[in-house]
Amino acid sequence: MRITRIAQSQQNSFSNHADLSLIKPLLKKYSQKPGSLILLLQGTQETYGYIPAEAFTIISEATGIAEADIYGVATFYAQFRLSPVGKNIIKVCHGTACHVQDANKITDAIQDLLGVKDGETTSDGAFTLESVACLGCCSLAPVMMIGENTYGKLNGKSAVKTIRELKNQVCKDKPKSEK
Amino acid sequence: MKKTKVIVGLGSCGIAAGASKTYSKLEAILATGEMDFELARTSCIGMCYKEPLVEIQDENGKIIYGDMTAETVETVLRSHLLDGKISTEKAVHAEKLSTQEDTFFEGQVKIALRNCGYFDPESIEEALQQDAYKAVKQIIQTKRSQEEIIQTIIDSGLRGRGGGGFPTGLKWKFAHQNESDEKYIICNADEGDPGAFMDRSLLEGDPHAVLEGMMIGGYAIGATQGVIYCRAEYPLAIKRLNIAIGQAREKALLGNNLFGSTFSFDIYVKEGAGAFVCGEETALIASIEGKRGMPRKRPPFPAVSGLWTKPTNINNVETWANVPWIINHGAEAYAAYGTEKSKGTKVFALTGKIKHGGLVEVPMGVTINDIIFKLGGGIQGNKKFKAVQLGGPSGGCIPAELGDTIVDYDSVNATGAIMGSGGMVVMDESTCMIDLAKFFLNFTQNESCGKCTFCRIGTKRMLEMLERITNGKGEDGDIEKLENLAHQIKNNSLCGLGQTAPNPVLTTLKYFRHEFEVHIYDKKCPAKVCKPLLTYTIDPHKCTGCTVCAVKCPTNAIDGGRKETHHIKQEICIKCGECHSVCRFEAILID
Repeated sequence: MRITRIAQSQQNSFSNHADLSLIKPLLKKYSQKPGSLILLLQGTQETYGYIPAEAFTIISEATGIAEADIYGVATFYAQFRLSPVGKNIIKVCHGTACHVQDANKITDAIQDLLGVKDGETTSDGAFTLESVACLGCCSLAPVMMIGENTYGKLNGKSAVKTIRELKNQVCKDKPKSEK
Repeated sequence: MKKTKVIVGLGSCGIAAGASKTYSKLEAILATGEMDFELARTSCIGMCYKEPLVEIQDENGKIIYGDMTAETVETVLRSHLLDGKISTEKAVHAEKLSTQEDTFFEGQVKIALRNCGYFDPESIEEALQQDAYKAVKQIIQTKRSQEEIIQTIIDSGLRGRGGGGFPTGLKWKFAHQNESDEKYIICNADEGDPGAFMDRSLLEGDPHAVLEGMMIGGYAIGATQGVIYCRAEYPLAIKRLNIAIGQAREKALLGNNLFGSTFSFDIYVKEGAGAFVCGEETALIASIEGKRGMPRKRPPFPAVSGLWTKPTNINNVETWANVPWIINHGAEAYAAYGTEKSKGTKVFALTGKIKHGGLVEVPMGVTINDIIFKLGGGIQGNKKFKAVQLGGPSGGCIPAELGDTIVDYDSVNATGAIMGSGGMVVMDESTCMIDLAKFFLNFTQNESCGKCTFCRIGTKRMLEMLERITNGKGEDGDIEKLENLAHQIKNNSLCGLGQTAPNPVLTTLKYFRHEFEVHIYDKKCPAKVCKPLLTYTIDPHKCTGCTVCAVKCPTNAIDGGRKETHHIKQEICIKCGECHSVCRFEAILID
């Protein structure tokens, strides 16, 4: 469930009109290679942060695979998402080791802080909260991952603190980048 | 004099614990010129509970220090390099010095993990110094026959380390027997069991061992193409695999006409997209072909008709990593470890309520108690050992009473659990077994591909029953219904996912039936985990009337003035536990 954050420049993908020319090179490279559908979908998601509805049509045209089949693959795998996500994806690990070390508490605490439920995005588009099966850092349980960073040995308080710091950072960064 | 070498362990766990920051700090120290040393990196040596780890190699040998965060590393480095003093409380492992952590390594035999933590996994030169590609070079140059290699693997007794335990040599033999213009080798690196990270550590620490194992397999069955199907959740493993493949191609260790022979072999990595069922071999093949990862009926087995309908041999990461060692040391050396029917070693990921969580490799035949109490150092907070979960969502729990069970495929199967890929989650008395069974069932129910009715709907119904039980709405007869449904799901599912999905519930019923009964009939949770079954009250002897709990209670369910004994109004208490976590006088009782 690796997702690349939506870069500032691609904010327009929050609207439903994604710039489809961005995936043209990808299609050119893989559309005729057998067995490349998952690769194409992964590439598409890396570009937009999700798979826009229009992308199904052009992937179908380029590969000759029926749109329904592409949709079938996209909905089968947990990695693919069909709607836009926040800039920071908070993945709270709910693997066995994290579960027995009370990962639910982490999710609860973050839900309270951000006011969203598991799987939802905050209204400002800053954070998406999701649960993942296992990040493989079991001996540091409970664990969460934000972007590329993994935070281990958490409790509700330290998780909230980490996100608060990140939130402040986002707020601080904003005026700078606008200048 | 050889330059002192300072090596930082940069596996995923290490990085999560702050090893990258430690590395940057060491770079900064090096830049000041005050101390002279060579900075290097390696992967995980398995001691996850002491991460980040830093190893110092000098004329006194090797010393590994634990808990080396960016803040602590400088002091230790200074005293070691400048004053020649070893900080004994931070040292976790040393060649010439005993440390209190030595028990973690005693009894371990490293075959699959032989190189993990001993070289930089991103440097093929260092790997070659550790004998990487020696086995494959030798078999090609001495023109060993395919049959001879397969026989060696059969004789070694190596069995599939992904959990199934099918004899690897036999699997190769079947793939070898089927004539075809094209055959494939697949490495199953879709390590989906929550609580298991053996394959990740191996791929991050010694990708070349896996590549070499696959090459030997390719040579033996007559395949020229290898595919590694790796979970997308393991970005570092994928990165290091791709680096290793690129370097091997540059050195002509992968490609056409290897070592001057007619044998050609190449490998590429295929990233998974997040589906647990893709660990099943036919589903994995469907996924490589770009389809929905749904299992199909066997036969035909992949050895007859696999990837693109060609004969295909699939083995798991750990299995492949064992292969070069067996070729180098001989089948007998491998078979010398282990029990009668399970030879060699097995890697386990020790997690949960254990003191020394990490990665261990032990010979088959050691007992579970040995692993938990000797290597693992016992239970956190010296609580009581309750059970250990083996095999993840397909496995089951083994209670403390059976701690003397030895780990080999048959002994573990006899308990009702399975060996699995090697996740070992240790539980103490604060773990509710029903809650854990519910957790696993929730997982398999989510991950069921939906093809077989019993797996798709049966697991859902079982989960609903468990949810009812943990919510205090369990009824007489639920246990029998669960058992009945569990057997039906096992018997009527096509693939391993459905056939094993009820195992966590069945083993819990077998060993912790009493806990089920207490949940259903007494409406209590002995481990105090299932919130709807708990009652919070205030101990009048301990309550000081500080009002902290009353202020924190989200539903204003706590009455009482300052310096007066407080009281919880049960009818509006939502059992959130906030009062218990804020009370400093242990006055909140949970029953």
